Amino acid sequence: MSRLGALAPRAKPAGAATSTAVAFDRAAARLGGRTIWSDVSLTVAEGDFVAVLGPNGAGKSTLINAILGLLPLAAGTASVLGRPPGDSKGLIGYLPQRRSFDTGTRIRGVDLVRLGLDGARWGVPLPGLPSHKRDAARVGEVIELVGAIGYARQPIGELSGGEQQRLLIAQALVRRPKLLLLDEPLDSLDLPNQAAVAALVRRICEEEYVAVLLVAHDINPILGYLDRVVYLAGGNAIEGAPQEVITSETLTRLYGAPIEVLRASDGRLVVVGQPEAPFVHGDRHG
Amino acid sequence: MATAMVEAAIFQGLSWNPLADLRELFAYPFMVNALEAGTIVAVMGGVIGWFMVLRRQTFAGHTLSVIAFPGAAAASLAGLPLAVGYFGFCGLGALALAGIAGSRRSLSAESAAIGSLQALALALGFLFVSLYHGVLNGLDSLLFGTFLGITGRQVTVLLAVAAAAVALVAIAARPLFFASVDGDVARARGVPVRALGFGFLLVLGLSVAETSQITGALLVFALLVTPAATAHQLTPRPGLGIALSVTLALAVTWLGLALAYFSIYPVGFYVTSLSFGLYLLVRVSRALASRRRTTGRLALEAA
Ligand SMILES: Nc1ncnc2c1ncn2[C@@H]1O[C@H](COP(=O)(O)OP(=O)(O)O)[C@@H](O)[C@H]1O
Ligand SMILES: [Mg+2]
Repeated sequence: MSRLGALAPRAKPAGAATSTAVAFDRAAARLGGRTIWSDVSLTVAEGDFVAVLGPNGAGKSTLINAILGLLPLAAGTASVLGRPPGDSKGLIGYLPQRRSFDTGTRIRGVDLVRLGLDGARWGVPLPGLPSHKRDAARVGEVIELVGAIGYARQPIGELSGGEQQRLLIAQALVRRPKLLLLDEPLDSLDLPNQAAVAALVRRICEEEYVAVLLVAHDINPILGYLDRVVYLAGGNAIEGAPQEVITSETLTRLYGAPIEVLRASDGRLVVVGQPEAPFVHGDRHG
Repeated sequence: MATAMVEAAIFQGLSWNPLADLRELFAYPFMVNALEAGTIVAVMGGVIGWFMVLRRQTFAGHTLSVIAFPGAAAASLAGLPLAVGYFGFCGLGALALAGIAGSRRSLSAESAAIGSLQALALALGFLFVSLYHGVLNGLDSLLFGTFLGITGRQVTVLLAVAAAAVALVAIAARPLFFASVDGDVARARGVPVRALGFGFLLVLGLSVAETSQITGALLVFALLVTPAATAHQLTPRPGLGIALSVTLALAVTWLGLALAYFSIYPVGFYVTSLSFGLYLLVRVSRALASRRRTTGRLALEAA
């Protein structure tokens, strides 16, 4: 019954030493003079698929910005791929929150993916060069990996939300990052597309051996694929295996208010009593 | 001086012998200068305009062109070369726009601030014109463009500025493209998004100052926006789009100059009408093509 128990431990690539992709120790973040969260300690191992959960405004995107080094920590220490945040930009793939392109956007998906590869390089790209061919081959490879071959050459504004999201994931992947930060990639997708993108991220996580932090509003579409969760609420965070964290006791402790976790007959989790942003789909997005 | 000769040439009109007419176009040095200046401005406008349309900064571009007008009027008033006024005012205008954009207001507050700047510029322009007691010679050419009296020295200055601006944009092409379409990811990758935005506004200011000298302050859009917008409609590929934008700008400039030479209407009028006509043609044919695709698909589904 429980999809949590169905997770078999994954084989790491031979010879790969397990090291940490992200480590926070008693970290705090402040924005506009307000402490968003504090005393947050967490570890993400290489190759782990981790969900970042929590109600709206809990500071999930803030956590991503802190990992990227765009927001300096107010307290505590952090290390990202063994270095201070902001020092390993080239090794991180990032998909920001709520990014969709309106129908007027006349940019092809393939060009957007390519920017992920060489967009930070100065100078004019010269077609005849061997590096140009190598780059084009890599772009083709990731587009195939996310299953976007059929529409990568169309203007991205004319594609559906799910198609755009796949291309954006390809863009985040194109430099073979060691760490993928996906901020609500399932947002604005319908349920079948949420499941498909979650499965895709899991597959990438295994095939490319990349650590993934995926910010989500609803745990259910990704529950079967996760290694760990980070749950942010009430200015604090708890990190652990899903079956340890998504429980009535743990969440009650985190929120400091009575919370009940119910399991529906289909295995879906429902969190009841959450001060805002209920966990289940359908009644969010004000 | 040369004006009498020029007018004599103009009023001869078309001979309807294409070769002879073409030869005549290149017979006078003032016309060769005009064609050279137009070519330089069209190439620059095609490249910079493509990025401006991509970045949805046409309102900022338009404001800069309105700022060009008091610049030129102030230069006339002070007895300085017009180019000094154009470059000086557009440069300052770009700094002001960058300041507005940098203050991180909401989008609506930003466009309101840009609009106020535009109104101030127009008011200043008319102030300078009326301070000029009597008739400011060539007010209509400040506003609507001229191809008369472009000197070899002016062409050299245009070329130097355009070459510098296009070279800067070429060096920054990819990061600028990245920052323009996908700012958040670009910033996370270490692209200096704000500095690029600031630099681009300065280059845009230079470009507007150059274009104003051919099309006049009010018709800068004809060269800076319309060919670029048409190119964006025609292709989503960046390299091809920039090439198309430049080609279209060149075509309307050359044709506009030739038409203006053989008639009594200002060059800005022709350049504007031609590029607007092209844009309309492309929009309409694209709309028709997509209608045909939809009805075709419906017919297939019905079958
Ligand atoms: N620039 C800012 N200045 C002050 N507060 C901010 C700023 N940006 C975000 N916040 C606040 O920080 C909190 C956390 O934001 P965020 O990390 O985006 O939440 P989440 O991604 O979990 O929804 C929110 O309450 C938000 O209002
Ligand atoms: Mg967020």
